[in-house]
Amino acid sequence: MKGKVWKFGDSISTDHIIPGRYFYLRSNLPELSKHILEYERPGFSEKVSSGDFIVAGLNFGLGSSREHAALVIKLNGIQAVLAKSFARIFYRNCFNNGLPAVICNTDRLAEGDEIELLLEEGKIVNYTRNETFPFSVLPPVMKRILSDGGLVEHVKKYKDLKLTE
Amino acid sequence: MTLAEKILSEHAGKKVRTGEIAVVKVDLAYTQDGTGPLAVRKIQEMGFEKVYNPQRTIFFFDHASPSPRIELSNDHAFLRDFAQKTGIRVSDVGLGISHQVVAENFVRPGDVVIGADSHTCTGGALGAFATGVGSTDAAVAIALGKVWLRVPETIQVIVEGSLPIGVYGKDIILHLIGKIGAAGATYKALEFQGDTIENLEMAGRMTIANMAVEAGAKVGLFPSDEVTKGWLNRMGRSKEFRGMIPEADATYGETVRINARELKPTIACPHLVDNTKTVDEIGEVKVDQVFLGTSCNGRLEDFHIAARILKGRTIYPKIRMIVTPGSHLVYKEALKDGTMEIFIESGALVTSPGCGGCVGLHDGVLGDGEVCLATQPRNFKGRMGSPKSFIYLGSPAVAAATAIEGKIADPRKYL
Repeated sequence: MKGKVWKFGDSISTDHIIPGRYFYLRSNLPELSKHILEYERPGFSEKVSSGDFIVAGLNFGLGSSREHAALVIKLNGIQAVLAKSFARIFYRNCFNNGLPAVICNTDRLAEGDEIELLLEEGKIVNYTRNETFPFSVLPPVMKRILSDGGLVEHVKKYKDLKLTE
Repeated sequence: MTLAEKILSEHAGKKVRTGEIAVVKVDLAYTQDGTGPLAVRKIQEMGFEKVYNPQRTIFFFDHASPSPRIELSNDHAFLRDFAQKTGIRVSDVGLGISHQVVAENFVRPGDVVIGADSHTCTGGALGAFATGVGSTDAAVAIALGKVWLRVPETIQVIVEGSLPIGVYGKDIILHLIGKIGAAGATYKALEFQGDTIENLEMAGRMTIANMAVEAGAKVGLFPSDEVTKGWLNRMGRSKEFRGMIPEADATYGETVRINARELKPTIACPHLVDNTKTVDEIGEVKVDQVFLGTSCNGRLEDFHIAARILKGRTIYPKIRMIVTPGSHLVYKEALKDGTMEIFIESGALVTSPGCGGCVGLHDGVLGDGEVCLATQPRNFKGRMGSPKSFIYLGSPAVAAATAIEGKIADPRKYL
């Protein structure tokens, strides 16, 4: 599915994605989701469309373990997060919620580009620039979690963690 | 084997090596009040009515402690209710920060500890593989007693030489993060060694382990030794000691050496932890608030360092100094030995134990343009309130000197 690129810089922390001041809204996800990335880009939640992509630089999602950071991205309809690198807890949180976090050279993507993520083929198609480039292959364990629809679905299916076979 | 490989192998029931995915047994699982409600919903979504080991599962109420909002009081009630139904332990408001309380009462050398809070890595100070995860991974750990982990590469950090006066564990870790960067250890383990580390008391080790995540690390491990034994004795847990050291054949992906003799009081400047400068380089930075506390520096030893500088002196008139004990035990001990009196006499204010102002919820929220020198582990934009405020990070000694002068100050002249 095609989607639009929303470009961010390096070191976007979970405090940027969903600030601690909205801590009290964590049990009210629809309300919490409205505040996504609002310091970086005021009104982002209203601007973004279902199927769009968040594209960033280095160490996206550093900081707090709040899974709400991955959740509000998903709840805003973002299809996947693309970055040069991710902080580890955030990276796990994305896959656990069925949201792909893809490592690639995001210098090849600009704000507003129309792109498509071909997860199976390991490719990103940039329709705006008319080019296709590969991304770092997803670790098999992440592929497994994603194909099961997230970690909750995985555990519901197996009543256990079956990730090493 | 490295410490990480050794602990994870024990818990996987087979030898696992760096790079492998392992499903490991969890000895202790916990959440805090910001991550707990979502973890409970995930447990319910997975269809579990019972949890794996309620006696080794803890819900901490430390972020909103006590609750400043109706919504958060409702979250607390939701957690208490689930804990009651399942037998999960509750560490209620005022009892302290999760990482401090588990270090006092639960974490043992060689354990695997899973916490739904990024600073869970504090437990590495006791030689435990303690790592932070999100609510879903915590939910699985609570329900199944298991977690999946990739066995991390280890960066060996060797710190040698005696620490100069006015330089502490906080300065070691800020220096390291400044050197390797906020992503310098992403997906990796840090293993601390060398005579400086061997001579460091448990509080200093916890400060360092706590901030391992600020370099991106999964865990910050210390071998367990006489200092660890001393800590467990002090906590009435002497039987829980176990020697955990890396095997002679351990191979490290990388080695970083730090000469402790050359270290100076170090400050992390806004808005990233790796944006470090020494106090000599900082220039004039006026502050509105000084904050002493958190999972990084809210321990009795930290309070002693600050109190030694503040004794007989007063806080600069135009600023506020907030002191938040890391736990009920720290609070009690600091009251008994007169430390709290020194703080209050100097003009500081003391709040109830918890995460306090570090999470931007209450107890010292910053306004537009305000500047804070804090002992906490993190200084991201907007963390303590306004996105237009500025957070500098330093040791308890820097905090005390800064409180006296009203601008970021060198503690060495007071020692």
